[in-house]
Amino acid sequence: MTQSTVDPIAPQIAGQPRRTPYFEWTAVAVLGLIALTLPAYASVYVLYMASLVAINSIATVGLNLTVGYAGLLSIGHSAFIGVGAYAAGLSMIHLGTPLFLNVIIGGVAAFLVGLIFGIPSLRIKGVYLAIATLAAQYSLYFIFQQWTSVTGGDRGLSLPPTDLFGMGDTGFYYGVLVIAAILFVAASNLFRTRLGRSFIAVRERDYAAQVLGINVVRAKLLAFGIGAAFAGVSGALTAHFLRLVNPDQFTLLVSVFFLAAVVVGGRASIVGSILGAAFMTLLPELLREILSAMPTQGQTNVAGLLSPLREIIFGLLIIGFLMFEPRGLKGILDRITGRQDRAAESEAD
Amino acid sequence: MLRQFLEFSIIGIASGGMYVLSALGFVIIFKATRIFNFAMGEMMMLPAFIFLWAMATVGLHWGLALLVAILGGIVIVLILERVVMRRMIGRPVVVLVMVTLGAGSVMRGIAGLIWGHEIVTLPSFIPRDPIFLGDILIPGKLAWSFLAAAVVAGGFVAYYRFSRAGIAIRATASDLVTAEVLGVNVRWVYTLAWMLAGVLAAVAGILAASVNGVSPQLGFVALNVLAVIMLAGMTSVFGVLVAGLFIGWLETIVGAYLSAAWQSFLPYVIVLLVMMVKPSGLFGEERVERI
Repeated sequence: MTQSTVDPIAPQIAGQPRRTPYFEWTAVAVLGLIALTLPAYASVYVLYMASLVAINSIATVGLNLTVGYAGLLSIGHSAFIGVGAYAAGLSMIHLGTPLFLNVIIGGVAAFLVGLIFGIPSLRIKGVYLAIATLAAQYSLYFIFQQWTSVTGGDRGLSLPPTDLFGMGDTGFYYGVLVIAAILFVAASNLFRTRLGRSFIAVRERDYAAQVLGINVVRAKLLAFGIGAAFAGVSGALTAHFLRLVNPDQFTLLVSVFFLAAVVVGGRASIVGSILGAAFMTLLPELLREILSAMPTQGQTNVAGLLSPLREIIFGLLIIGFLMFEPRGLKGILDRITGRQDRAAESEAD
Repeated sequence: MLRQFLEFSIIGIASGGMYVLSALGFVIIFKATRIFNFAMGEMMMLPAFIFLWAMATVGLHWGLALLVAILGGIVIVLILERVVMRRMIGRPVVVLVMVTLGAGSVMRGIAGLIWGHEIVTLPSFIPRDPIFLGDILIPGKLAWSFLAAAVVAGGFVAYYRFSRAGIAIRATASDLVTAEVLGVNVRWVYTLAWMLAGVLAAVAGILAASVNGVSPQLGFVALNVLAVIMLAGMTSVFGVLVAGLFIGWLETIVGAYLSAAWQSFLPYVIVLLVMMVKPSGLFGEERVERI
């Protein structure tokens, strides 16, 4: 009988509350089935949005590794996406490499650039670091825009179409799905390894982590590098998806968009990142549908209303979530499914 | 050649006056509340629109319009501080940054809804006649707006140094608990810091708008101000004065001799280099961290 009772304290120490695994596995299985069969019945538009959500989710998970898990605030994430996109695009044009290779090229390129721009994080923290990453944003944007002979300047790169498995859009969708699934599993397993746990330790208190024998320099640099690598993969996929790479896809506002996805989804949660990315990607579409469904009164043009309304809703969402549900959509999901609170997420910085 | 360089230099320093004002706004909020306010640019943009509205639509004299705009700016800031920012004190940096970015986005959206997205030029209220210093020509608008910025900045620094309220802010910044024990009303200090920043931002916004016109995107000027603050060290009022003029000068010189694309890039490279060597900025106080 002692064997059958579970020690009530042990799971919480490990940070893994008791839960019913059946619900989760069922949810994953159902969602996986929907994702796999989607091309059979969904329209081209739905497939397009689903691919976009998957691509954005990869970048959001990456940013969450840097910001949510390791606690290093980065406002330059879109620049790393850009590095991946340009690296993949250039290799596609000049070497004719296939999608899966391009994804790796984009990821590795962004990883290396991420390491370089992670260097300031060794000396500075918090909001100082945020502004140092703004420097990454501006300098990489500058390179994208000014190195005309390689990047094509403002016009950017136009890429040949991708035909995966000879299935056109559907093939690309499956390609994205596979890559995203691999990366999501990798990201969540990362926090069962020494390295992933050391990210969290560094977030909580970097001096204390150092005292415990964690190599803080390595953890911080890798947190930046791995986050950037995810961004790079997402960038490579974007390049294939849109068949166009230009500097205006990688502005500061795009970085803010991904930060918002992290916050809305839930910091330090992989599931949350996916939810956040899906929510933030689909919301503007939903808004457009609602606006165009409303009766137009005389001179009101939908397009003119859309962009300011989107900015307002975007801002209100961020503020609202941070004020009322700091754990984001993940927190709401946990509450709906009746999962125990994970040892309340640390608010230390 | 030299004359041209001097001319560009003076124009640059003059345009740095606007940077100094908004950077002072950043610093005062950061010192008092430890919140880094990314909505500063929008706090500049909205009063500029209110000024435009008061002058062009209502037809007020520019002095009255200025008063209305500053009051409007204060009201906006008070709403922001009371409803949102006060609840956020002490939260992690990620949260603070995101909240101010979100607030900025809302303000930009509201301005876009009301005034649209085109760049509108303000009715001219600053004398345009150029001023000659010996051989060197200074555009009138710039000279006068620099003068206005200098007066406001000077007034602010004096208030901050010598008034009771300024001392209370500095006391809170250096040690919150002791200040509270000694009878400083810390909540009031927070509100006051935001209000002062609101006034500085309003003046900076109107000055910026009078030179380049106003649109909901005006706020992005404030991103260049971030470079100023980083260079100065985020907590130094004196440093901001120097760094603001320096960045203004650098931008104009870079714009004149290289190209506009370098303008937003080079200040950040310099900042990055400074951060590598001296993480707390050129004039910032060394931060001692509790472990």
